[in-house]
Amino acid sequence: MSDSQGPVWEVFVQRKSGQPFVHCGSLHAFDKEMALQNARDLYTRRGEGMALWVVPSSAIVASSPEDMGPFFEPANDKVYRHPTFYQIPDAIKHM
Amino acid sequence: MSNALFQYTLRLGDSSLILAQRLSEWTGHGPFLEEDLALTNIALDTLGTAKSFLEYAAQVEGKGRTDDDLAFFRNEREFFNPLITEQPNGDYAKTMVRQVIMDVYHLYLYKELAKSKDTTLSGIAQKAIKEVTYHVRHSASWLERFGNGTDESHQRAQDALNELWQYTQELFETPGSEKELLAQGVAVNLQDIQAKWETHVDELIRKANLKKPENVFMQRGSLDGIHTEHLGYLLAEMQHLPRMHPTAKW
Repeated sequence: MSDSQGPVWEVFVQRKSGQPFVHCGSLHAFDKEMALQNARDLYTRRGEGMALWVVPSSAIVASSPEDMGPFFEPANDKVYRHPTFYQIPDAIKHM
Repeated sequence: MSNALFQYTLRLGDSSLILAQRLSEWTGHGPFLEEDLALTNIALDTLGTAKSFLEYAAQVEGKGRTDDDLAFFRNEREFFNPLITEQPNGDYAKTMVRQVIMDVYHLYLYKELAKSKDTTLSGIAQKAIKEVTYHVRHSASWLERFGNGTDESHQRAQDALNELWQYTQELFETPGSEKELLAQGVAVNLQDIQAKWETHVDELIRKANLKKPENVFMQRGSLDGIHTEHLGYLLAEMQHLPRMHPTAKW
């Protein structure tokens, strides 16, 4: 294996048309085309998907562990923000 | 008739089998993990195509041999794969140049073979087209990367092209035994394929900023079972296990 394997890319797979793209892992590649080809070989060879996104990991802005309190905790004590008082009709899928 | 069909199918099978064996030598030794997997997948696709052709060849021959018998119990002079497929992997540039030449060749070969009057051959070809279309995309993007990369990657790709070009003419040679199959619409007209192959490969060489070799002495021999010195070693490695344990099952 060489010293440099190229930058890291994140891979998102869409299972079926209309469904969301779901993050499934990461890989190394030197350019866009290689990233797409590697994603196909690593993550979709057993019929896992219909479409792929690859994104340079460096392009992703992530929250940090220190953000956890101010970002997410205020939601915990406000039950009225959770739509759990409604019955979701059976016909609604993917909620 | 059936002997000609046997020979024809055998040659198609040998071509994929020997290339697949060469490609699989990279398994575990690729330049990095993702590329190692990519090339291993391509080797596996190619081996699958070889298996389909050899199964059919065994059936056409009708002497009770199987695809495994054809792969493991024939000697060097009984193999008809084009010389380029048995050439050693060398560095990654050489493997990719060999692969570009063969992928583009297989693409147009299978597109024509898909129209064959022989439904088994056309079926195998139709299945292989999708795979080979992806293989072309893979090897062509590597050629472009090497050609337009560093001075060293460019030089290595050019050296590989200069070394392998002498084996390209042979891909389009038609043996006498194929004339009848050609007339029957079973075999493919390789002259038509050569024109398409040249246009496509010229374009890939141009995109990679490489130079197409000129005035090259063209090697031949595989139609008569005459090979370069590399095939014997390849077969020794590929065949030694089933020959040591001929009744083993796995």
